[in-house]
Amino acid sequence: MSLTAAAAGLWKSYQGTPVLKGCSFAFDKSGIYILTGQNGSGKSTFLRICALLEKPDQGEVRYLSDGGKALRNDIQLKRRITLVLPKVGVFNTTTFKNILYGLKIRGMKKEDREKRANEILEFVGLLHKKDQNAFTLSSGETQRLGIARALAIGPEILFLDEPTASVDRGATEAIEEIILNLKKKSSSIIVIATHDRGQAEKLADCLMVMEDGRIITG
Amino acid sequence: MGYLLKGFREAFGLMLHLNPELLGIIVLSLTVSCTALLIATAFGLPLGALVGLKRFPAKGVVISAINSFMGLPPVVAGLFIYLMLSRSGPFGFMGLLYTPSAMIIAQTVLAFPIITALCHSAIVSVDPVIRQASATLGATPLQVTAAVIREARYGIMSGVMAAFGRVIAEVGAILIVGGNIAGYTRVMTTTIALETDKGNFELAIALGIVLLALSLLLNLGLHVIQRKGMRGAGG
Ligand SMILES: Nc1ncnc2c1ncn2[C@@H]1O[C@H](COP(=O)(O)OP(=O)(O)OP(=O)(O)O)[C@@H](O)[C@H]1O
Ligand SMILES: [Mg+2]
Repeated sequence: MSLTAAAAGLWKSYQGTPVLKGCSFAFDKSGIYILTGQNGSGKSTFLRICALLEKPDQGEVRYLSDGGKALRNDIQLKRRITLVLPKVGVFNTTTFKNILYGLKIRGMKKEDREKRANEILEFVGLLHKKDQNAFTLSSGETQRLGIARALAIGPEILFLDEPTASVDRGATEAIEEIILNLKKKSSSIIVIATHDRGQAEKLADCLMVMEDGRIITG
Repeated sequence: MGYLLKGFREAFGLMLHLNPELLGIIVLSLTVSCTALLIATAFGLPLGALVGLKRFPAKGVVISAINSFMGLPPVVAGLFIYLMLSRSGPFGFMGLLYTPSAMIIAQTVLAFPIITALCHSAIVSVDPVIRQASATLGATPLQVTAAVIREARYGIMSGVMAAFGRVIAEVGAILIVGGNIAGYTRVMTTTIALETDKGNFELAIALGIVLLALSLLLNLGLHVIQRKGMRGAGG
């Protein structure tokens, strides 16, 4: 295990309405964490804060290196983790270039990043869609592209916000397969928000429920 | 009808023989308008992006000001720049009046609000999830901004082309500050106005055809770009 994370006493309100109310949780072992909870309970908010996209009103997310040293929340740390958003947010260009983006901004060499992008596309079964404009992908393919784009950068902690919402059974299984393969391949932390009970049972090493602005484990 | 036919015949003659006067006028028109466009984009795109992506006080006022300047009548712009550059004006000492530089300044002033406003609207219409997505992939704030601008590229290109269409066809400002001096500051539109006035139709018609062809080409380009940008609507 290289990188671990802990959310401590997170509070977050939107327009005066509290969403997170002193929410704490430690991601300290590798494996798959499943986060469930009602619509609007604050799952996405929690994931955005954990992935350092948003700041909490109170509390903090602490990242620790393998030596147990607390890391600063700077761009170096942000580049070791990633969050796949429920609306993936694909760029208006080819599938291939979408995958390359995260590698390019890290300054990876051209051959290296193209080799890596090809491997990842193969891994998620999208190699045949490589040169297609990403806007023309189906929703299932778009979700897979979102995951592939995230995997390309080799995150040590991967957050997935409803990776299989609005995706049919077959594509859902394909995505679950990708996630299980990833778990086998790397010993990283994977956190998934989902409403799919079956998926939760199939994937979870640890079940978390968001209730009244806090996380309880089941 | 005779003079019309004669005019067209002679106009085609000028074009076929690549008449040096005709060519000189076309080249100057394109040089002035393209330079103005380049300068206007260099300032308008960053300003449009700033207004689109950052929060600051009186932002609404800035947007309204830019939008109203979009409709600035060319003659008014011409008058204003004339007053600035004329011998007794604040910048008179630079001796720019009745030079191509003055014409570039005038067209930059006309193009700048158009490019700024259209860049701004192209950038704010980029799906906000793009910003988040690039941030999750490890982009620095500057790289996030670059990603958003890249997503808006087709809208930005249409904006630049719209501004080009406006300045290349504009006559008021360029006539006032350029003075329509033969072989020096005469461009397509001012030549058409002058030669028509004098009853010399062949050069006017030839330039009219070139302007029309340019505008057709421009519209074709706009159409292609907008179609490419449209793919964004489905995502
Ligand atoms: N940027 C925002 N501005 C205002 N309110 C927000 C914002 N983001 C979230 N909220 C509100 O916070 C609450 C929690 O939202 P969140 O998206 O975290 O819920 P969720 O558990 O992910 O729900 P779902 O299961 O529907 O995805 C909701 O009531 C939502 O309206
Ligand atoms: Mg959600």
